[in-house]
Amino acid sequence: MSGKPLKDPLDLLDIASVLTDEEREIQATVARFLADRVRPHIGEWFENAHFARELAPELGKLGVLGMHLEGYGCAGTNAVSYGLACLELEAADSGFRSFVSVQGSLSMFSIWKWGSEEQKQEWLPRLAAGEAIGCFGLTEPDFGSNPSGMRTRAVRDGDDWILNGSKMWITNGGIADVATVWAQTEDGVRGFLVPRGTPGFTTQDIKQKMSLRASITSELYFDNVRLPDSARLPHAQGLRGPLSCLNEARFGILFGAVGAGRDSLQAAIEYADSRVQFDKPISAFQLTQKKLADMTVSLGGAALLAVHLGRLKDQHRIRPEQISVGKLNNVREAIAIARECRTILGANGVSLEYSPLRHANNLESVLTYEGTGEMHTLVVGQAITGQAAFR
Amino acid sequence: MNIVVLVKQVPDSGAERTLSTDDHTLDREDADLVLDEINERAAEEALRLKESVDAEVTVVSMGPDSALEAIRKVLAMGADRGIHVCDDRLHGADVLTTAKVLAAAVRRVGDIDLVLAGNATTDGQASAVPAVVADLLGLPQVTHARELTVDAGRVRAERQTENGEATLDAPLPALVSVTEKINDPRYPSFKGIMAAKKKPVDTVDLDDLFPDADDAGFLVARTRVVEAVPRPPRAAGIRITDDGSAGRQLVEHLIARKLV
Ligand SMILES: Cc1cc2nc3c(=O)[nH]c(=O)nc-3n(C[C@H](O)[C@H](O)[C@H](O)COP(=O)(O)OP(=O)(O)OC[C@H]3O[C@@H](n4cnc5c(N)ncnc54)[C@H](O)[C@@H]3O)c2cc1C
Repeated sequence: MSGKPLKDPLDLLDIASVLTDEEREIQATVARFLADRVRPHIGEWFENAHFARELAPELGKLGVLGMHLEGYGCAGTNAVSYGLACLELEAADSGFRSFVSVQGSLSMFSIWKWGSEEQKQEWLPRLAAGEAIGCFGLTEPDFGSNPSGMRTRAVRDGDDWILNGSKMWITNGGIADVATVWAQTEDGVRGFLVPRGTPGFTTQDIKQKMSLRASITSELYFDNVRLPDSARLPHAQGLRGPLSCLNEARFGILFGAVGAGRDSLQAAIEYADSRVQFDKPISAFQLTQKKLADMTVSLGGAALLAVHLGRLKDQHRIRPEQISVGKLNNVREAIAIARECRTILGANGVSLEYSPLRHANNLESVLTYEGTGEMHTLVVGQAITGQAAFR
Repeated sequence: MNIVVLVKQVPDSGAERTLSTDDHTLDREDADLVLDEINERAAEEALRLKESVDAEVTVVSMGPDSALEAIRKVLAMGADRGIHVCDDRLHGADVLTTAKVLAAAVRRVGDIDLVLAGNATTDGQASAVPAVVADLLGLPQVTHARELTVDAGRVRAERQTENGEATLDAPLPALVSVTEKINDPRYPSFKGIMAAKKKPVDTVDLDDLFPDADDAGFLVARTRVVEAVPRPPRAAGIRITDDGSAGRQLVEHLIARKLV
């Protein structure tokens, strides 16, 4: 075997051979859309901390938003297709994948799974079309990994609810038309749909992020916000409500990370083939090849793990601790790949003209949100020992 | 309205393309095959018409098994049904044969109002198939359209070629070939991709299209590529510094190469 370098390192294991035509077609369509509409600008958007909101309706038209949900204008694809779309989105930029994850798996899924028929009719078609934007507020300034201690509280006042508290690090917060907000009540954690503009509800975007710069992250404040009981998600009670949504989003992330890794590796392979030092392309040196080979091996494993978990999900038998294995492994591998790829690019690696450092920086957030690496380690640890070591 | 779109699957023009050594036809083995982009625009034009008038869009492609993917792509964009002409005997078919086969496939659709095609394929680039198909079907041919309107039983197109621009007008049924300027094709939606699987595609071979033809009489290629050589790498140009004799040097150079 010799000659042409592989354009896509995932081709080495022919990962595409385990996908159906339809899954490949959906993946290719997302890739093409991103190549046309996102890739030419993403470096600039990252640098200027700009979220291209105008792309939301276009993503809606494709069917990306809430794509794995049935009905209410959603495309209703299988889980593997949803994963592959996340893979391509994150290969472009984790910020875009974050937008799609929050819109589809946190905001829309929370309504789809736990909402009333009226709430679904009101919000899902608009969110699916990208005409409205949603966010999901669970994390608070003092409660991240341990949301059970949350301080945001809703109390009854006649037929209404009065909501007080704040949420922190909320993706899409500042631009959301509707926020799914989780709050303590006298009968446990409950979810509420808070439309933008509700008196007492304000947001402030978080500035100076060094990660996910092409995505908006905000604080949400609730100051005596009065909500009718029809704003409550009637079927969610306890932390199971938000955690079920997080499982959906994490599923997308474990595919997405593969995309960020793949894009970094593609950039590094291409660069190594064209960069000549000591009269040879640097890809011809054993040390470079070891890096590229190791990364190709770990990326291939991550991709196969993702597809495997996707198949389990499509058979409705995936368990949360399996998703933890995927999120833990794939994000860890992806960030290691992105950083290693950066070294192959030398000084050019620190420029936004190349993707690896942007991916590495983005993946810092991905490592932390949706359950930190440590939390997923403890979940897996509990699964294999039977002992919880969280407290 | 009955609209037929002619499409072809071609090797991705972004990738390097090679000719097979035995018969100098394009090597499809290694190539990434895609729906020819210009055909996507022809399909887009058909689908835009479908949005304004009640129309059924049939996509027709001649090609090996893999050409079904190109048909599915157009079905995913929104076309209603497909006809796939697939026959090993068509390997290496030239312009005339291709046009005959496509014309026969269009006839299967029945009463058609409009046939849409790209003005050239990115692989063959003969740019003659649409005109021959129109001729065989006895349709007015409106080629190289960069803008198209269909109204009250007539088609009107802005035709643009190297030689200039013209406005053409013809009664339906007619054949129109479009240039890459005509529109920006849509991305197939996920719903479209999933629905495409269930849309009907007729697979036909030469015996279906020409039941009366005897095999020997069906000449697939009147033209044959005898030889093909790769383009030599570009040599450095000649630099002429103008010391007053540049004009003369230029002319001498052109004469030496028998270019004037
Ligand atoms: C860009 C971005 C976007 C986000 N978007 C959203 C959003 O849309 N909605 C939302 O609700 N949240 C969002 N988050 C918040 C995210 O989910 C939290 O940051 C995450 O859950 C971790 O919480 P924390 O930051 O408070 O860290 P902490 O929980 O304070 O953890 C700090 C460190 O301590 C470790 N640690 C904590 N407890 C233990 C333990 N028991 N054992 C061992 N180690 C432990 C953690 O693993 C971590 O390394 C976002 C975050 C970022 C960065």
